[in-house]
Amino acid sequence: MTAPHDWTRLSAAQMAAAMKAGEVTSVELTQAHLDRIGAVDGDVHAFLHLNTEGALATAREVDEARAAGEDLPPLAGVPIAIKDILVTRGMPTTAGSRILEGWEPPYDATVTRKIREARMPILGKTNMDEFAMGSSTEHSGFGPTHNPWDLDRIPGGSGGGSAASIAAWEAPLAIGSDTGGSIRQPASVTGTVGVKPTYGGVSRYGAIALASSLDQLGPCARTVEDAAMLHEVMGGHDPMDATSLNEPVPGCVEAARQGREGDLAGVRVGVIKELSGEGYQAGVEQRFEEGLDKLRALGAEVVEVSCPSFEYALAAYYLILPSEASSNLAKFDSVRFGMRVEKGTIERTMGATRAEGFGDEVKRRIILGTYALSAGYYDAYYGSAQKVRTLIQRDFAAAFEKADVLVSPTTPTTPFKLGERIDDPLAMYLNDVATIPANLAGIPGMSLPSGVAPEDGLPAGFQILAPAHEDARLYRIGAALEKALAEDWGGPLAALAPELEVS
Amino acid sequence: MVRGFDACVATRLWGMSLERADVARLAALARIDMTDEDLDRLGGQLNAIVDSVAKVAEVAGEDVPATSHPIPMANVHRPDVVRPSLSQEAALSGAPEAEDGRFRVPQILGEEA
Repeated sequence: MTAPHDWTRLSAAQMAAAMKAGEVTSVELTQAHLDRIGAVDGDVHAFLHLNTEGALATAREVDEARAAGEDLPPLAGVPIAIKDILVTRGMPTTAGSRILEGWEPPYDATVTRKIREARMPILGKTNMDEFAMGSSTEHSGFGPTHNPWDLDRIPGGSGGGSAASIAAWEAPLAIGSDTGGSIRQPASVTGTVGVKPTYGGVSRYGAIALASSLDQLGPCARTVEDAAMLHEVMGGHDPMDATSLNEPVPGCVEAARQGREGDLAGVRVGVIKELSGEGYQAGVEQRFEEGLDKLRALGAEVVEVSCPSFEYALAAYYLILPSEASSNLAKFDSVRFGMRVEKGTIERTMGATRAEGFGDEVKRRIILGTYALSAGYYDAYYGSAQKVRTLIQRDFAAAFEKADVLVSPTTPTTPFKLGERIDDPLAMYLNDVATIPANLAGIPGMSLPSGVAPEDGLPAGFQILAPAHEDARLYRIGAALEKALAEDWGGPLAALAPELEVS
Repeated sequence: MVRGFDACVATRLWGMSLERADVARLAALARIDMTDEDLDRLGGQLNAIVDSVAKVAEVAGEDVPATSHPIPMANVHRPDVVRPSLSQEAALSGAPEAEDGRFRVPQILGEEA
C-alpha cells in the first residue's frame, strides 16, 4: 500500500481476506483499531477496559502462524470487542456495575473461549447498562456511552457500548447479549447490524445472568455477512449450559451468500400489524415501508399478520424479567466476589453493600421481582405473565403459518437525547416494545439499518424475525435487503454518519 | 367462568398500590438498604410500574397453560465423575476476604442474639 489506508473502514470479511492476501497483518489491523479507540473513545466511551497488550499478543501469534503457513480459522486476526457481561480471564468484568468493579474472573465464558480459539484479538470490554437493565447505557455504573451519530444521543442499550464501538469504527465486530432487545435496539439506533439467535443457540456459560429464560448472546457487526461469520464462531452446543441446544450451528454464512444473490421469489414476508402506528416516528415508518418495497422488488410476497397478544408483551416481560433477575442477582452478597461495605453483621453488610453497589434501575427491578414472586402474588403476577407468554407463542405460530419471516421496525424511534427518559422508567421500557416478543417466545431476530429518518438524519432499524431454529432465514432475507439498500447508500449505512472529531 | 377469574384477579391487582412500608419491607427482603429519600423516589416509580404490568391478568385465563421456558427442553444428565474445575485458590481469588482457604465473612449473629 502506498497511500495510507484506513483499515478500520473495511468489513470483517474484507479484513480477513486482506490478511490472507498478505496486504495487511493482524498487528497492523489491531493497532489501527487501538489507535482509533485512542482517538475517539474519549467522546464515545464505548469501552470500559482496553486489552491493548493482550490484543497485540494474539495478533502477533496469528501473523507468525500465517507466515509459517498454518491453517487458520476464517476470522483469525480480526479484532473484536466483548460486552462486559461475558467473563474473561485476565480482564476485569463488571457487567456495568460498581458492585463488581475491579473483579477479575477466574475463568473464561464459553463464548470467550471460542473467540480465543478463533484467534481473534480481543480489543477490550464494552460498556452496558448495569446487569443489562436498560435501553440507553445511562444505567451503567461507569457513565453512559454516546451515539457516534450524535454524541448527545443514546447509543441504545443495554449493549450500547458494543454497538457504538462498531459504528465508530473502533471494532469491526462485537459480542452482545439480548434479553429484551439489547442487541437489536442498539443496532437500530447506531445504524449497525445485530442478531439475537434462537434461545439456546449460543452457550450462556460465563455470561452474567439477567433473566435466564430470556437471555441470549449474539453477534454485532456492520454487515449481515460479518454477523453471520461471528454467529458461526459463537454458536453451537455446550455441555456447560443446560439450556444449550444440541443441534448443529445454522448455516448463517451460506444463507447470507444466498441472500446476496438477490432472489426472494417465493418468500413470504409478514408485516406485524400491531408493531406500527401510534408511538412510531414517521421517518422510522417511512424507511420501514421503503424496505418492504425493496423486498417486493426482489420477488418476496409481503402480507399482513396480526399478533393481538403483543399488547400484553411488555407487561409480561416486566414481570418475568424482574422476577428472574431478583433471583439471579442474589449472588451479589459481598461474600464470594465484588464489593463489600462492612456494617456489623453479615446481613447488615449485605444490605449496605447492595445499597452502595447497585444503581436505581437494578434496585427497582429487584424489588419489583421480589414483590411479584412473593406469596399471595405469585399466581397473579408471575403466573399470569407466563400465560401471556403462551399466548404470544401462539400468535407467532399462527403468523408463521402465513409467512416465512415476520418484520417490523426494530424500535419505534431514532435515538433520543441522553437524559430524556432517565427518570421515567415506563417511557424507557417502550423502546423495547417491538423486540421483547421474540425473547418471550425464544425465536431469533435481526436488526439491520433501514436508512436515516428524513426528519432528523438519524438511523432507523428494520427487524426480521424467524421461527425457532430457523436463524439462517434472517441472514438470507437480511443480506438481500442490505444489498438492495446499500446500492442506494453507496456502502454500509455507518459510513453516512458524520465524522467524529479525532483527538 | 374464565371471565370471572379474569375480573377477580384484575380487580385485586388494579386495586393494589405499594405503600411506603411495603417497599421498605420488600427492600429488606432483597437485602438492599434504603434511605427515606430512596423510598420516596423508587416507591412512586414502582407503583407506576406495578399499575402498568397488572394488565397481564386481563388475558391470563384458567384455560391458558403457563410457559416457563421458551424452547421445549429435556433434562440434561451426565455421568457422576470428577472433572477439572476451579482450584481453591482461583475460587477464592475474587473474594473480599478469605482465610485458611475459605471465604471469610463478618459475624453471623447480632448483639441481641
